[in-house]
Amino acid sequence: MSNALKDLLFKMADDALVIGHRNSEWTGIGPMLEEDLAFSSMAQDKIGHAQALYKILNEVLGEADADTLAFKREEKQFKCCQFVEQPIGEYDFSIVRQFLFDHAELIRYDMLTQSSFQPLAQLAKKVKGEIKYHVMHADSFVKQLGNGTEESKARLQSSLNYAWHLALGIFEKSEFENELISKNIFAGEDELKKRWLEKTTPIIEAANLKVPATDESKIIYGGRKGFHSEYLKPLLDEMCEVVRTDIDAEW
Amino acid sequence: MQVEIPEITEQQIWSALETVKDPEIPVISVVDMGMITAIQLRTSDFGLRTCSITMTPTFVGCPAIAVIKKNIREEILKLGFDEVEVKVDFETKWTSDRMKTSAKIKLEKFGLAPPVMLNDDELTVEQLNRARCPHCHSTDTTLRSAFGSTLCRAIRFCFSCKQGFEQFKPI
Repeated sequence: MSNALKDLLFKMADDALVIGHRNSEWTGIGPMLEEDLAFSSMAQDKIGHAQALYKILNEVLGEADADTLAFKREEKQFKCCQFVEQPIGEYDFSIVRQFLFDHAELIRYDMLTQSSFQPLAQLAKKVKGEIKYHVMHADSFVKQLGNGTEESKARLQSSLNYAWHLALGIFEKSEFENELISKNIFAGEDELKKRWLEKTTPIIEAANLKVPATDESKIIYGGRKGFHSEYLKPLLDEMCEVVRTDIDAEW
Repeated sequence: MQVEIPEITEQQIWSALETVKDPEIPVISVVDMGMITAIQLRTSDFGLRTCSITMTPTFVGCPAIAVIKKNIREEILKLGFDEVEVKVDFETKWTSDRMKTSAKIKLEKFGLAPPVMLNDDELTVEQLNRARCPHCHSTDTTLRSAFGSTLCRAIRFCFSCKQGFEQFKPI
């Protein structure tokens, strides 16, 4: 059971760490001050969530400490989906990604409040309340921009089309999927994806945008198994740059 | 000669904790915030006195946690314990409803609109918008950003006194 749990926690923690790093790239260059603050705050939240998940891996499941897990692993060992690795691009892509990713996160944590693994269930109850704010933020901008000018609508739709098959990669299953479900640890990626589609579709429609058609063959999988896009390695190099200057330094 | 060791009561610990403030909101103590969830006292067979305090963080990624832990430990050690341990866990979930009414009054005086009671309901935009301006007490205010200078704050604007103000987020 502990390998299944580790797999689940690593993919969630790595998603949070990497998207947190991407969010932090908006610090100082947001399109307006409020958005600069929003992405910076969400970055701080996400990295906090990653830290709490790594802490469970460390304290309950015997993995190394959070800093080691975050900064001293190889690219191949990361289990994040390729969606979170993508560069921030222009604001329209970042807000669309935030919308698609955070809805999935909110539902995932909501499902995990029922988990038979108590440390995760407790954390999920707490994190859910925080991600609610991230989702509110995304929903409000997606609705405003989708119903805004011709340009804002076109930009949002084209980012949504581009992001769609990447986003579906969030729900990539691992070899432990059945075990997680049968042991009531997590109700599974299919259930999550179903609820995610039910939740996001009406918001996309309310924003006057079209839900992109899904082509199963185009879904970007691989991240959960350690196969990453060309963007993860440079991100890790930058994130770990200071640590690597003196790997054994005490901070 | 036997030395009498005066007993340290739980009440003394609560009083000492009242002096430990949240570094991001220096008018409010960790007790007012409802962050302390358990206190355990122990005297070992050899007379060593230890105290274990459990706290639950307001936000998972709150950067003030380490400072608060350190401040609690230092303050409680002063009471005469041989060892003080401060644990952080989520067993009891922190919500803004845990904040005492007296703390909410202090918050407003400090210039932060206090959070409304959620009573375990899911947060809605309507609940977030039930905020009054801490300067002029008008409720004619609007949300400018759900994210502010710290994780626990949102930015609002008051149409009545034309001032921006911060709100402690209901969570």
